[in-house]
Amino acid sequence: MSLDTDNRTPADSVAAPAIQDNAAKARLKSVLRLTGFRTLGAAGVLWAVATLAFFAMRLVPGDPVDALLGGPGNNATEEVRQQTRELNGLNAPMLVQYGAYLGKLVTGDLGDSYQLREPVAHVLGEQLGNTLVLAVLALATAWVLALGLALWSARGGKAATLVGNLLEVVSAAVPHFWLGSLLILVFSVRLQWLPATSGAPGVEGLILPVLTLAVPLAGFLGQVMRESMLTAMNSPFAISSRARGESEVSLSLRHALRHAALPGIGLSGWAMGSLISGAVVVETVFARPGIGRTLLQSVLVRDVPVVLGVVVLVAAIYILVTLLSDLAERLADPRLRAA
Amino acid sequence: MSQPTTTPFTDNEPVIKVRDLRIAFGSKTRSTPTVHGIDFEIHAGECLAIVGESGSGKSVTARTLIGLTGANAVIQAQTLQLRGKDLRRNSDRAWRKVRGADIGYVLQDALVSLDPLRPIGREIADSLRIHTKLSAAARTNTVLGLLEAVGIPEPEQRINQRSGELSGGLRQRALIAAAIALDPALLIADEPTTALDATVQQQILDLLAERKAAGTSLLLISHDLAVVGQLADRIAVMRQGEIVETGPTAQVLGNPQHEYTQRLLRAVPTDKPRGTRLAPARAGISVRQHALIGADRAADATREHAGPVLVAESLRKTYRNPDGSPRVAVHDVSFALNRGQTLGIVGESGSGKSTVARMALGLTAPESGEVKLLGNPWSTLLEKQRRPQRRHITSIYQDPLGSFDPQWDVARILADALPDSRALPAAERRDEVIRLLETVGLDASMESRLPLRLSGGQRQRIAIARALAPGPEVIICDEPVSALDVSIQAQVLDLLDELQSEFKLSYLFISHDLGVVQHISDEIVVMEAGRVVEAGRTAEVFANPAEDYTKKLLSAAPRLYPTPTGGKA
Repeated sequence: MSLDTDNRTPADSVAAPAIQDNAAKARLKSVLRLTGFRTLGAAGVLWAVATLAFFAMRLVPGDPVDALLGGPGNNATEEVRQQTRELNGLNAPMLVQYGAYLGKLVTGDLGDSYQLREPVAHVLGEQLGNTLVLAVLALATAWVLALGLALWSARGGKAATLVGNLLEVVSAAVPHFWLGSLLILVFSVRLQWLPATSGAPGVEGLILPVLTLAVPLAGFLGQVMRESMLTAMNSPFAISSRARGESEVSLSLRHALRHAALPGIGLSGWAMGSLISGAVVVETVFARPGIGRTLLQSVLVRDVPVVLGVVVLVAAIYILVTLLSDLAERLADPRLRAA
Repeated sequence: MSQPTTTPFTDNEPVIKVRDLRIAFGSKTRSTPTVHGIDFEIHAGECLAIVGESGSGKSVTARTLIGLTGANAVIQAQTLQLRGKDLRRNSDRAWRKVRGADIGYVLQDALVSLDPLRPIGREIADSLRIHTKLSAAARTNTVLGLLEAVGIPEPEQRINQRSGELSGGLRQRALIAAAIALDPALLIADEPTTALDATVQQQILDLLAERKAAGTSLLLISHDLAVVGQLADRIAVMRQGEIVETGPTAQVLGNPQHEYTQRLLRAVPTDKPRGTRLAPARAGISVRQHALIGADRAADATREHAGPVLVAESLRKTYRNPDGSPRVAVHDVSFALNRGQTLGIVGESGSGKSTVARMALGLTAPESGEVKLLGNPWSTLLEKQRRPQRRHITSIYQDPLGSFDPQWDVARILADALPDSRALPAAERRDEVIRLLETVGLDASMESRLPLRLSGGQRQRIAIARALAPGPEVIICDEPVSALDVSIQAQVLDLLDELQSEFKLSYLFISHDLGVVQHISDEIVVMEAGRVVEAGRTAEVFANPAEDYTKKLLSAAPRLYPTPTGGKA
């Protein structure tokens, strides 16, 4: 059979690219619309987060002046304390303070840390990298573990399904602080393979904290992925594919894997948020620098600007990652693009 | 199309030969025999149709020929040969060599048999990738040729589209293209036209006939004798795992020997005039003569209304496409349904017939135009005013299961539909439910069943009983038998007929199946792309279609007797 491309009318050849062009335009339009809506929503969410955090910090007992004067238990006189309040605008009515805070926030100024005496943006900038490395590595590890588990247990029959299910449920239910302590006990104290703290640069220090964050997430992702992988492997299109002579391995890699990955992509935005909150625990357990540990220390000494800065920053990261995961989901699933 | 793996087939041996094939499912200790020793063979360029109803074992038989019966199946056969080669001891690897290369398989459920995440070009190229050493570019070229061969327009664009972007007919063509990519000696098509519109169905049958003419052996699996009639050379009628009758198509259709074959043939509604019974009356259970409570109450002033019970005047409805552009779903549609009669609305998917049904039910407001019920305003009312009148008009759908609460048993489903059911004492309510069950030919013991535990035919009977419960004048039937086997369809159509004459019901009967519409309707309306293209008395329209579209539809309706272009018998 030969392909006649010559006997097409000119109208045909003009019309076809035009249709494609229109489809591409419509697709771009829908992505832009999504991004636009999201940007507006993001601004609203950031405002709400900043406001809530601001007033929540006022409700916490204790006096922020202590933080300014070197922490609780300082020996400053009442006169000095009063002066410090005046200098930092802590005597103004709360709404005025709130207005000033929002005004600075809009221009990107997060204020100065009470305790460290340097701009909050600077403090967070130093710590953010550490936490992001931890979270991204944990997410990647969780994906590999979850997909591997899903692939193995979806193909292995009843026993593998049972084992897979059990592994997933148990690991999804394990709390970070417990898992972290257990890993330290086994691999640092008993076996002495890996360091218990990860303050020093180097890969060894990262392995245990990353695993601590990744394992519970892998259990969670694995459950969702295995479910959609099983559905895909039993669907009519999989039977069609087998009827073409496709092997089971090839079927799971070429067809089922993509179907399994879809819900994982959708959940990854949420997962990133939960990883950063998990980092508070993990960074403390492993004495690792990062915004999680910074947050905990700042709350303890009531370093209000740093706490507010962390909250707003984490909210912004969460919004960004959710948007990215939505876009990635649309990229991976052509059915979402049409809608 | 020349394929490297094809060997010329010259001898007189059948392409596939099956003797005493037995299939059972289950473990060693507890197995359920499903197929009890069947024989058949197919020669090159010949088409055998295995016809039977759901559960007859026909699809399982087809799957066994490609070794995909399932892990828990036990297969025994005296002979299972493909071109003289024994398939019985095939390893997994050996089966994979057969699948796609020697035997092409077109699965039922065309709509979901392609991976929604992959372009159809990749799906079709899979067989080439697996069985040949062709380069990627050569595969693409072959796929383009295949797309053209199965009649898919604009192959260069389609090759990159996914199944979600294609219509049902195009998906089925793509599946066939994938199955014939390596020009297999045997092509198995399992219900290849189910769920497709009549004209599309015809095109798919033509496409399969082309393959047959090119020398491919065809195994056609279907529940519908009318569909296979024009393509098959021989027909094997299968029931409960046994072939009860087999022979040349003309003989099986023209002079059926077995009682079951006769029953199947009788069930085909096409060309059977109104009022002809399609199924034998079932002993023991028959429609009882009695008045239902709802029917009693309906005998008020509204029943005396003389004109048409349901009138649509110039209905129009526009929907928005995803990109915001308007799409006219229904354009200037008018009709009148008379008391005790059936008005059939026939059209293909997307013709707007279901939108018309929704407007008739008062679920969707027409943009302009009006629906009148029993001579009174209907579509213009507020829902609050409409609600007390709703018992005059009820509905039956294609998928009754989706319209039942799965947690409710049959008694509760039916009691819920009774007028003022909460005011009725429990004992009276139960009597009413049992009367409804008997009215639709079901046993009173059904009342405690859950919908999931009912067969397709029983579910549709329950749906009919529910539609009868309020004592309606008009029942909107939206594809009520499209999901049913032919013989069950026949029973349901007979039931609708009986109920109509007993309760003076009027049906608005919507279907894509011309045979069904022809059998049940007094008048028909033919719709295409939201417009009425032709309307009139059913017999006249079928005898003398005035419009081209109607003629096209009619010629595509599956008929029992082989057309001149069909089987060689």
